Amino acid sequence: MNIIKKFSLGVLITLFLSFSANADKIKIGTEGAYPPWNSKDASGKLIGFEVELAWTLCRYIGQQCEIVEQDWDGMIPALIMRKFDAIMAGMSITAERQKAISFSQGYADEVASLAVMKGSDLEGIDTPAGINLTKPNAAAKKALKTLTTALSGKTVCVQTATIHQNFLDSGDVGKVNVRTYKTQDEVNLDLASGRCDAALAAAVAFSDYAEKSGKPVVLVGPTFSGGAFGNGVGVGIRKDDTELLNAFNKAIDKARKNGDISRIATKWFGFDASM
Amino acid sequence: MDFELMITSLPKLLNATLITLKLLSASLIFGLFIGLFFAILRVNKNPIVNKFAYGYSYVFRGTPLLVQIFIIYFGLGQIEYLRSTVLWVILKEPYWCAIIAFSLNTGAYTSEILRSAFQTIKPGIIEAGHSLGITSKIIFYKIQIPIAIRQSLPAYGNEIILMMKGTSLASTVTLMDLTGVAKYIISTTFKPIEVFIVAGGIYLFMTFIIHNVIKFLERKYSY
Repeated sequence: MNIIKKFSLGVLITLFLSFSANADKIKIGTEGAYPPWNSKDASGKLIGFEVELAWTLCRYIGQQCEIVEQDWDGMIPALIMRKFDAIMAGMSITAERQKAISFSQGYADEVASLAVMKGSDLEGIDTPAGINLTKPNAAAKKALKTLTTALSGKTVCVQTATIHQNFLDSGDVGKVNVRTYKTQDEVNLDLASGRCDAALAAAVAFSDYAEKSGKPVVLVGPTFSGGAFGNGVGVGIRKDDTELLNAFNKAIDKARKNGDISRIATKWFGFDASM
Repeated sequence: MDFELMITSLPKLLNATLITLKLLSASLIFGLFIGLFFAILRVNKNPIVNKFAYGYSYVFRGTPLLVQIFIIYFGLGQIEYLRSTVLWVILKEPYWCAIIAFSLNTGAYTSEILRSAFQTIKPGIIEAGHSLGITSKIIFYKIQIPIAIRQSLPAYGNEIILMMKGTSLASTVTLMDLTGVAKYIISTTFKPIEVFIVAGGIYLFMTFIIHNVIKFLERKYSY
């Protein structure tokens, strides 16, 4: 009996200590599967642009941080249910997400692009190099029309719950066969196997995959920004957590002024993706 | 609790239940034939035939269904040679990959259920058949198989329910089944509890139906 009492007291103390130790730590959730934004090295350690940026921002905030992993499709629910306090996972600021959570100012921006395997009949689509969908001009509208014809009846693969899925669901490129995957890795696998006629994601996600796997993945069509693609990537924070939101906004200001964001972005992307 | 979301998502989820039911029924039909075939091999006296059937059920009962579906969908998709063969027409489609994985999995369990049912048949019944001058073949098809099916009904009912829940893994290979659509709704509303409660309720209702059908059959074929 005595042993049981001692044991349960020990458990209680450990629990209490672990709670109180975590009390003033900011927990940041990331996916760890979207290189070069965030990924894992061979030993399972989280690495990438946002992981390094998170440590920098925490230093400016002056608080201890802990970076935790969370599957992409449960990212926003996990934040709302207080599994962590902030999201840094290549999450673009969109009106749809802003209904559920707040975002800090953007710290980096990416363009999206379609990718196909070399030799695909989609390879020669004639469109401008980049289109902005916030206020599409005549050239952008024409490009969307060209894409609608080219993609009609094709299977386009995207990661689930992304801006890329939103764009395809919006009907801007007509009725395509959208197939959704849990991770970008799985999208890449099925693009290479030929199950997908094309895939849509951040352009850097495809160039990273092509480089690491040696597979002949090529970007086609225009790069996309604005509109359904949101306004840059920011830190996602619970709506009632204005104090933390302000802290992150100030830290991002400082990091931008000191050139930290561009330096880290150039290191991971190979170009300055900061904003 | 967002009750409005629960009500508006119900028709979408019920629509997706059709895919779940299609996957389930196709897998159960294929699985029953596979299971019966391997159960017959299992009771065969030839050790090579016997071991082969045992190996099949050992592998498919000993590995997670999720791993099996990933090997068939993502694994086979990586083999370049396979992509140039006729088989790719089937393996290209997530729907068929899921049915192949589910059928092989439920087939392994069904073969074990049927084998144990065959082995519980009392030798006296078979001897009685022989003494009446009935051939072994007819005894097998007209006496052993019907008794085995009756014996295996409770265990097989369980297997149907397990398989029904197993079909939720189809969503991992891009199929929009009940779980897949539930996840899709959550990805745009960010409200997992409401949507999963409705989806869980639909699964529970299906279990209720299956359970009662099996109970009815058990009573009907009891002796």
